[in-house]
Amino acid sequence: MVSCINCKSKAMITLQHGSLCKNHFINYFEQKVFKTINKFRLIDRNDKLCIATSGGKDSLTVLYLTKKYLEKYNIPTENLFALVIDEGIKNYRAKTIKDLELFCENLKVKLYHTSNKEEFGKTLDEAYPIINKGTKKKPCNVCGVWRRYLLNKYSRKYGATKIVTGHNLDDEAQAIMMNHFKANIKLAGRLGPISGIQENDLFVQRVKPLYLCSEKEVRLYTLLKKFQVQYTECPYSREGYRHQVQEMLNDFEHKYKGTKQGVVNSFLAILPLLQEKEKGLVTEIEKCQSCGEAANLDVCNACKMKEVIKNV
Amino acid sequence: MNIEVYFEREQTKKKIEFSGTTVNDLLKQLNVNPETVLVTKNEEVVTEDEKLSDNDCLELLNVISGG
Repeated sequence: MVSCINCKSKAMITLQHGSLCKNHFINYFEQKVFKTINKFRLIDRNDKLCIATSGGKDSLTVLYLTKKYLEKYNIPTENLFALVIDEGIKNYRAKTIKDLELFCENLKVKLYHTSNKEEFGKTLDEAYPIINKGTKKKPCNVCGVWRRYLLNKYSRKYGATKIVTGHNLDDEAQAIMMNHFKANIKLAGRLGPISGIQENDLFVQRVKPLYLCSEKEVRLYTLLKKFQVQYTECPYSREGYRHQVQEMLNDFEHKYKGTKQGVVNSFLAILPLLQEKEKGLVTEIEKCQSCGEAANLDVCNACKMKEVIKNV
Repeated sequence: MNIEVYFEREQTKKKIEFSGTTVNDLLKQLNVNPETVLVTKNEEVVTEDEKLSDNDCLELLNVISGG
């Protein structure tokens, strides 16, 4: 039997620094999230926080722990609400939204809904084949652009000063490697525990309290806390480039413990340089001529995709 | 020995004939990367060093919930 390094009870997980039992893992995990929030100054006392939720393990965990953080530091929890976007993916999102509604009710957190169907006229399942025909874009590309658009638009509408996302260490390590492989320095500079490099009234800053927590740790936390989560995988998730990078990183992590943490730590060391470089290259943020949201060109990407499906 | 394994991702249960000793040996036999799953034995989460006995019931819980 493997014992906990702190109390000699039976261990449930073996981490780089040793094995932990249920109680010591929960404590370690929560402290790590709170330390991340404090270290990177993710939350300010006066912030109004929009938690980007899906009903999956990451978003439920970040919602629960952000509320716990506010309570710990006597910050009013009325400054917190959740937002869910129904992308319209058959046999997937409807299930997780039900879990989320119950979770928010129990936690006494206000939940707002929006969807691709309401905003763009079609679900992701309906829109993706049409957009793909003309642009060869993968479902994750369409989903990502619309999702970021809706999150930004509706979090601003409901008065948020920050969007809190459930991005974890695995997500970040994958994004870093994807940008690295594709030499996409511009996008790399926008990663990190606080996303975005430009301050603009049209943009709501995004912060990531689970930034240093691995996906495995998050799943264990939800399991031990008995959160009602259905562990479904998005049917499109294996189609993207990200999936290949995810498998590669998991293979490396298995052979060389600490790989993902190493990728993220190295990235954090060079992030200020990337941001400095990016600041000199950014073009002025414009208002989209079609919807009035932020855009790099005359028309934003979300509206361009909407235009493709408009007459079909 | 025989081990009963529930695969969460596939939502199937299989009887596995197993000649190893630990959870880690079983994952190797099943060609599953330990980074991608949590393992429960008799409904309790266990580490990869956990020793297995005949007729143990395991669950392989998927860590990745891509979305």
